[in-house]
Amino acid sequence: MTDRRLSAGLKVGAYLAAAVALTLYVVEWPQDSLVARLVTFPHVLALTGQHLAIVALSSVLAILTAVPLGLMLTRDWARQWTPRVVGFVNVCQTVPSLAVVALAVGLLGIGATTAIVALWLYALLPILNNTLTGLDGVDAATLQAARGMGMRPGRVLRRIEVPLALPLIVAGVRTAVTVNIGSAILAAFVGGGGLGDLIIAGNNISRVQVVVLGAGLPMLMALIVDALFDVAAEETAG
Amino acid sequence: MIRFDQVSKSYGRNRQVIDDLTLAIAEGEICMLVGPSGCGKTTSMKMINRLVEPDSGTVLVDGRPVNSVDPIKLRLNIGYVIQEIGLFPHMSVADNIATVPVELGWPKPRVRARVDDLLALVDLEPGLYRTKRPRELSGGQRQRVGIARALAGDPRIMLMDEPFGALDPLTRAKMQDEFLAIQEKIRKTIVFVTHDTDEALKMGDHIAVMRAGRLLQYGTPTEILRHPADTFVADLIGSRKGLKLLRLLDCGSLMRQGAAAADLPVLPARATAEQALSEMLRCGCRSVAVADASGVTLGRLDLDDLIDRVARDD
Ligand SMILES: Nc1ncnc2c1ncn2[C@@H]1O[C@H](COP(=O)(O)OP(=O)(O)OP(=O)(O)O)[C@@H](O)[C@H]1O
Ligand SMILES: [Mg+2]
Repeated sequence: MTDRRLSAGLKVGAYLAAAVALTLYVVEWPQDSLVARLVTFPHVLALTGQHLAIVALSSVLAILTAVPLGLMLTRDWARQWTPRVVGFVNVCQTVPSLAVVALAVGLLGIGATTAIVALWLYALLPILNNTLTGLDGVDAATLQAARGMGMRPGRVLRRIEVPLALPLIVAGVRTAVTVNIGSAILAAFVGGGGLGDLIIAGNNISRVQVVVLGAGLPMLMALIVDALFDVAAEETAG
Repeated sequence: MIRFDQVSKSYGRNRQVIDDLTLAIAEGEICMLVGPSGCGKTTSMKMINRLVEPDSGTVLVDGRPVNSVDPIKLRLNIGYVIQEIGLFPHMSVADNIATVPVELGWPKPRVRARVDDLLALVDLEPGLYRTKRPRELSGGQRQRVGIARALAGDPRIMLMDEPFGALDPLTRAKMQDEFLAIQEKIRKTIVFVTHDTDEALKMGDHIAVMRAGRLLQYGTPTEILRHPADTFVADLIGSRKGLKLLRLLDCGSLMRQGAAAADLPVLPARATAEQALSEMLRCGCRSVAVADASGVTLGRLDLDDLIDRVARDD
């Protein structure tokens, strides 16, 4: 357990160092004055902050909606709706992320909110699916024992079902967040900011250094989050 | 007391699982449910704690129809050992056993003391097993934790669905003896499902023989042995009825009080008459001496007494 933590800590450290090194490299050895003016430390830091905020908000929203929805859809009284809801969310997922963002612009105009809503919708499916799979995977005998001994339904949920389903729920959140970090680049296209700004700007002025920075930082961010989830997975595995 | 009153249950149109079951289990008794796989033993049992609701008829506990009692209250007062054991895999052995006390809101020190008592009762060293997870236990150990968990809230009624199924014959016999010894003290009303006819004869105050959802016979082990209701029950009991009848009797109740020759083999008063017969056969004598736990001779048991007792139908 401490082994896993240590290795996760080392990974996070290495990726952070790589991110700082990449930024330093572009700031200190810019291709030309155009790049030097565009890429400064405070600017990159601000864009990283925006990127993180968009990912965090959309992911938290997705967790807060998908997990309760999953809990509800595994109750006997709501079972009848489960296939329809899952089908609907599945269909939403097949729409390309760019199209989701475009649709969101049509409804909400441009800005960070639009990006957050689009990413939230996009993160729902993996979390919902895993929540449902996790809860359905709880052994029927275990549930029967819990009910038979006099646990109320709410207690069965809290003490038995959720703890047993947690590893899968966390895995769903992990997928959603990691994917969202990449998709959040699209926020830049709707004026939502984030590291995608660097890619667009770099592309406009044809400076590959800037594009590499804009693509490299979200990648490292995803790796860091993934390493952190290694620890979370360990913690919830019981 | 538990009573089934003309209870029926079907799953789907032509799957009659329980067919007009009427049965009364007296307070403080062990009622053994026996019958082939799928005959409805588990289903009947689950009607007592309302995990299954009958289509028609009534199940009563202490004279009250169970469907008029809050199921949670009902279940907290009925210990339940499920057939599949069903330990909570993410909890320690101690937390598993503590389930009902925690639901009942007992203070922590009391829960902890209760858990340790129960672990000792089912022969698992508390210091060693408290913190283990179910996956670290053998099948038999899991089953014992399941029994401890069902006893934890000190319920007056216990439902035990093949609680000794995963035990080897030796441990099984030991658990049976220990369970009977405990039962002598705690006098719970117990419904006990088993596939093992010998276990039913040994443990039961009464035995209910079921087949295809119907109650074929309800009686004491002696009644069932002496007067099986039909060929099915007779086949279920199997052969060697005489020995099985002997097994139901203990030396203490059959012996003639008084002195016994010093060269006779000595058996404890708790030993079965079958053991006495075996001892006579082994040493080629027609009597055994019966002694109490401290070795003091209580009396003598003769072969003729055994023969008379088994041949006499009462
Ligand atoms: N929820 C259910 N839905 C449909 N059929 C069921 C259900 N539960 C039990 N049955 C059927 O009812 C019958 C009796 O089942 P039950 O579990 O009571 O048998 P049992 O006597 O306990 O058998 P075993 O000795 O194998 O445990 C079986 O034929 C089983 O298939
Ligand atoms: Mg059964």
